[in-house]
Amino acid sequence: MDIFRSHVLVCGGTGCTSSDSPKIIDKFNEEVSKAGLDKEVKVVRTGCFGLCEAGPVVIVYPEGSFYSHVKVSDVPEIVSEHLLKGRIVQRLLYQGDQKDVEMSLDNIGFYKKQKRVALRNCGVIDPERIEEYIAFDGYKALGTCLTEYTPQQVIDIIKESGLRGRGGGGFPTGLKWQFCANEKNDQKYVICNADEGDPGAFMDRSVLEGDPHAVLEAMAIAGYAIGANMGYIYVRAEYPIAVKRLEIAIDQAREAGLLGKDIFGTGFEFDIDIRLGAGAFVCGEEMALIASIEGHRGEPTPKPPFPAQKGLFGKPTIINNVETFANVPQIILNGSEWFSSMGTEKSNGTKVFALGGKINNTGLVEIPMGTTLREIIYEIGGGIPGGKEFKAAQTGGPSGGCIPASHLDTPIDYDSLTAIGSMMGSGGLIVMDEDNCMVDVARFFLDFTVDESCGKCPPCRIGTKRMLDILERIVAGQGQDGDIEKLEQLGENIKNAALCGLGKTAPNPVLSTIKYFRDEYEAHIYDKKCPAGHCKALLNYVIDKSKCIGCSACAKVCPTGAITGKIKEPFEIDQSKCIKCGACITKCKFGAIEKK
Amino acid sequence: MKSLQELEAIRNKTLSQIDIRKKSEGTRIVVGMATCGIAAGARPVLTALVEEVAKRNLSDVTVSQTGCIGACRLEPMVEVYTPGKDKVTYVKVSPDMVGRIVAEHIVNGNPVTEYTIGYHEENTK
Repeated sequence: MDIFRSHVLVCGGTGCTSSDSPKIIDKFNEEVSKAGLDKEVKVVRTGCFGLCEAGPVVIVYPEGSFYSHVKVSDVPEIVSEHLLKGRIVQRLLYQGDQKDVEMSLDNIGFYKKQKRVALRNCGVIDPERIEEYIAFDGYKALGTCLTEYTPQQVIDIIKESGLRGRGGGGFPTGLKWQFCANEKNDQKYVICNADEGDPGAFMDRSVLEGDPHAVLEAMAIAGYAIGANMGYIYVRAEYPIAVKRLEIAIDQAREAGLLGKDIFGTGFEFDIDIRLGAGAFVCGEEMALIASIEGHRGEPTPKPPFPAQKGLFGKPTIINNVETFANVPQIILNGSEWFSSMGTEKSNGTKVFALGGKINNTGLVEIPMGTTLREIIYEIGGGIPGGKEFKAAQTGGPSGGCIPASHLDTPIDYDSLTAIGSMMGSGGLIVMDEDNCMVDVARFFLDFTVDESCGKCPPCRIGTKRMLDILERIVAGQGQDGDIEKLEQLGENIKNAALCGLGKTAPNPVLSTIKYFRDEYEAHIYDKKCPAGHCKALLNYVIDKSKCIGCSACAKVCPTGAITGKIKEPFEIDQSKCIKCGACITKCKFGAIEKK
Repeated sequence: MKSLQELEAIRNKTLSQIDIRKKSEGTRIVVGMATCGIAAGARPVLTALVEEVAKRNLSDVTVSQTGCIGACRLEPMVEVYTPGKDKVTYVKVSPDMVGRIVAEHIVNGNPVTEYTIGYHEENTK
């Protein structure tokens, strides 16, 4: 048996892969064998570590040294210094906001406040080796369910744990399973919804890339609980690494007899197939997703009947999100009380968030429910770059809303977020600072939903388009008196009348920004000003004559020749020629150009 | 897969290969692997330690390296950190001493006195 004294874990998630981590892995293998260490040091490609901002990330065990921003050219030094001589390469260690260099990842602020349940294996195991998953208690939950529990007992454990759907809706998972188990039918199905489409969200992708077997195991457990023998994973074709690792995982599980016939000698049969989505946002809606798997156009249908009664191919079906499934084996292994001890009264366990936007530690975080937004942004996320002021956080993507600074101390759980006009959503968390114009943010998200509306129901197809028209004219400086009221009225009507979740939630970004940032809307409409200095139509670039030294740098870079003047005398911008590209501002060394 | 025992067997087999990635509260064996250590023959000592620990399935023991400990003339040096106890430093370690260190010290908790730095210094004056 090969025993390696040191393991070099290199992140193979999508983020680090795109910043050349495969080349780093190759270089490590090359250098390690050149140094004659290939019997002692093992190089492993893992899933996402979460701190994508610091990528490519390399962790060396047993020390747990956390190297960030590693380049191919750094690899020889790590091998010759750390792996050969045991001297940790200080200059490459992740520093974060601490003064002292931290040697171990457990002490880094980013990880300290996190509680990793769904992400427990991400960045720890090699997702392409089933043995490593098994070594970390993988498939033990499935074995325990099949040999020790009745299907009803499994459902009861999930019910007692208080697990709620992590895809955003927050429906109690155990209850969903119970409804489906109660149906009498010769065929039932389990579907994993991996059609992650919110802009800026990548939680599900990371779980599938870093720990695909956890999802397979949970689907088999669900199959046993409700009496299904077939499962489908509906995943976006835009996630090639996730799809590849799922394929490998399914093959390995079949070979090991953990999928297929007579699992654990109990006669239980379960198999899983992958279905690729073409990237339509609406296919994340369960009825549209089912239609898409059946080979139809991805359009929702009215509920009831619910999928638990009449789902895929007209048979009883449960649909759960990737992250929901990733929690299931842990609940079975550790018990429902362990799970319900984390989080708040009505929202148990943890939630994974994809942290993005104006934040220092962009990446993936998993926190106990009830953690406040302030803790996530300032303690885990490391605050806002450039010392700028926090303005709002957007949760729930195009279905969610904006949370203003006054609600920074709201505990994050399903009900608190709904109460302040946002929603948990699948877990995208976009941070915005003083430079973001809230009207334009609302316009951006609505533009997305208008694009992605399937067009089946008029409130969504026509209503969101009309809302977008109004928003576009507001940011173009042509807002009219009464526009805000029209947006509110349209929004409420769409929420009440739309057919599916996409339409029902589409007005949220607009309604919540009006609720908390009405003054910005009013400034756009009545004063024709954009307070954040973002909307081009509403601002002018002006040279401050007292600061301009007349160096002509701005005039040289101006693409339209709008800037003129004499050397060593203040220059001037011709507003009729200016296209507001901002090139002059970036060039000016004296801060003499202002947006007004 | 026919039984939980079969799963457990795979688990144990793989666990010994990867458990250094788990958080360990146990004993840490550190080998001085600076230029001085390597020149004095620290590498075979390190390999012997890794093998011995693996052979005995000691899951809460990690073997790692460190830089120059400072007493280069006494290399190869091995230090053992046991939680709650004083650090023990072994000097001029050779691969054939490793078996005793692991058996007597790591497993049974009795440091091998005649290999320690104190004993060496007393008896070589």
